[in-house]
Amino acid sequence: MGKIVIIGGGTAGTMIANKLYKTLPVHEWEITIVDPDEKHYYQPGFLFIPFNKKLKDKFVKPKKDYIPKGVNFIVDKVSKLEPARKAVLLKSGQELTYDYLIVATGTKPSVDDTPGLNGPLWQKEAFEFYTYEGAVALAEKLETWKGGRMVMAIVDMPIKCPVAPLEFVFLADAFFTQKGIRDKVEISYVTPLPGAFTKPVATAKLSELLSSKNINIIQDFYIEHVDNEGKKLVSYDEKEVPFDLLVTVPLNKGAEFIQNSGIGDDLNYIPVNKETLQMQQYPEIFVLGDAAAIPTSKAGAVAHFAADVLLENLLDMIEGKEPTAKFDGHANCFIETGFGKAALIDFNYDQEPLAGTFPLPVIGPMSLLKETRLNHWGKLAFEWIYWNILIKGRYLPISNKMSMVGKKISK
Amino acid sequence: MAEKVIAGVTVKVNDEGYMTDPSQWNRDIAVEIAKEYNITLTDKHFAVLEFLRQRVMAGEALTIRRVGSSGIVDIKEFYQLFPGGPLKVSSKIAGIMKPLSCV
Repeated sequence: MGKIVIIGGGTAGTMIANKLYKTLPVHEWEITIVDPDEKHYYQPGFLFIPFNKKLKDKFVKPKKDYIPKGVNFIVDKVSKLEPARKAVLLKSGQELTYDYLIVATGTKPSVDDTPGLNGPLWQKEAFEFYTYEGAVALAEKLETWKGGRMVMAIVDMPIKCPVAPLEFVFLADAFFTQKGIRDKVEISYVTPLPGAFTKPVATAKLSELLSSKNINIIQDFYIEHVDNEGKKLVSYDEKEVPFDLLVTVPLNKGAEFIQNSGIGDDLNYIPVNKETLQMQQYPEIFVLGDAAAIPTSKAGAVAHFAADVLLENLLDMIEGKEPTAKFDGHANCFIETGFGKAALIDFNYDQEPLAGTFPLPVIGPMSLLKETRLNHWGKLAFEWIYWNILIKGRYLPISNKMSMVGKKISK
Repeated sequence: MAEKVIAGVTVKVNDEGYMTDPSQWNRDIAVEIAKEYNITLTDKHFAVLEFLRQRVMAGEALTIRRVGSSGIVDIKEFYQLFPGGPLKVSSKIAGIMKPLSCV
């Protein structure tokens, strides 16, 4: 009996477990999934919790309801991977061996990597919304906050869902407007990159959104530490940004066992062949989703498109063939812009986001790089798709390869 | 795609003057681009530029933190060598693309 171990039961791990279970003969393959957390979070929902705490219960469900019954689900943390022995060591002392391994441990915010961030102000005037607890704590703060300088600051790239901090400031603008205190709030967006948007077409299409919403951009700002006493961010070149309320995207890092096992880069992401998703040294190890060091966005949509490629390649390996499916870096995401509207972007390793319609030319119905109400409804409808189709590995009629159909090419 | 003559060599550049083909780069070009930023390149600068080029050729995404843990410079020194936005300035001088986000 062959053994497949999946480390991580989040979006990517659950999805691939379902796909493998449906595809492989049950009597020939034993599939095991390991994750220390029994709860499955709808992570795209975290963005909305700070503005409406009531939503929080909607976004958590038991992991076991989404993992097929025939797949072993072990609630434990991986302490080390020994790829030469094809063995996974668990914190409890248990050891799992495998023929094929899929690492899907994602990425998470690391507050302790920025001096002063985890200081006296943390969870009082300094927050993050990339964890469930963090989003809820921020919601409680915003319920009673009377206004002042709100700073949304990204510590470093790469981060999970790179558009989320932009969406956060758009939604904050709408939230404070509807609360009648927008004139008492100054919103700033602090980024280490040379701008809020860095790709030419997206910059041209979306930049006016920030100015029209009166959001200040502070670019090329690389945070060295948080000054808790002075309530300000200090950069490596000694610039300062004062705040009354800090919302950060802390440094994002992969799982600790990746570091312990010596298979990752400096941020604990695993370098893989960006087309086949395999480790070069250990072709029986695949990496799916945010845990992979590949040059595309860290996002559920990417994991979804990559999962089909991974499945095909794993089946090829099982049959003793060279893996032939190639991932193109396809990513697709909604950008909430506030007041019931959203924009949509669709891109891959080589193609920057363009304007146009999606998925079909002219009729769309979604519009790319343009704020529409329909895009916003699309984002809301996506929650149902996520729980009922996406992570269950069911068919979704969007190609894993990015298509140029419907996109407008300038020049 | 535009072309530009830098230090006597015709190279391909994008709208912002970043070279789009790193193989067209040489040290004279670096010296020339650095002048735009009033930077006189030293061996230390070149060590950083070579590091950036190697990492990019290996398909890695660059960050200021990565340069800071390169063993060549720490982050403060990186800022001193390439004031302002050290990664975007050094990338331009190194003949590689500016660090980008997805949008």
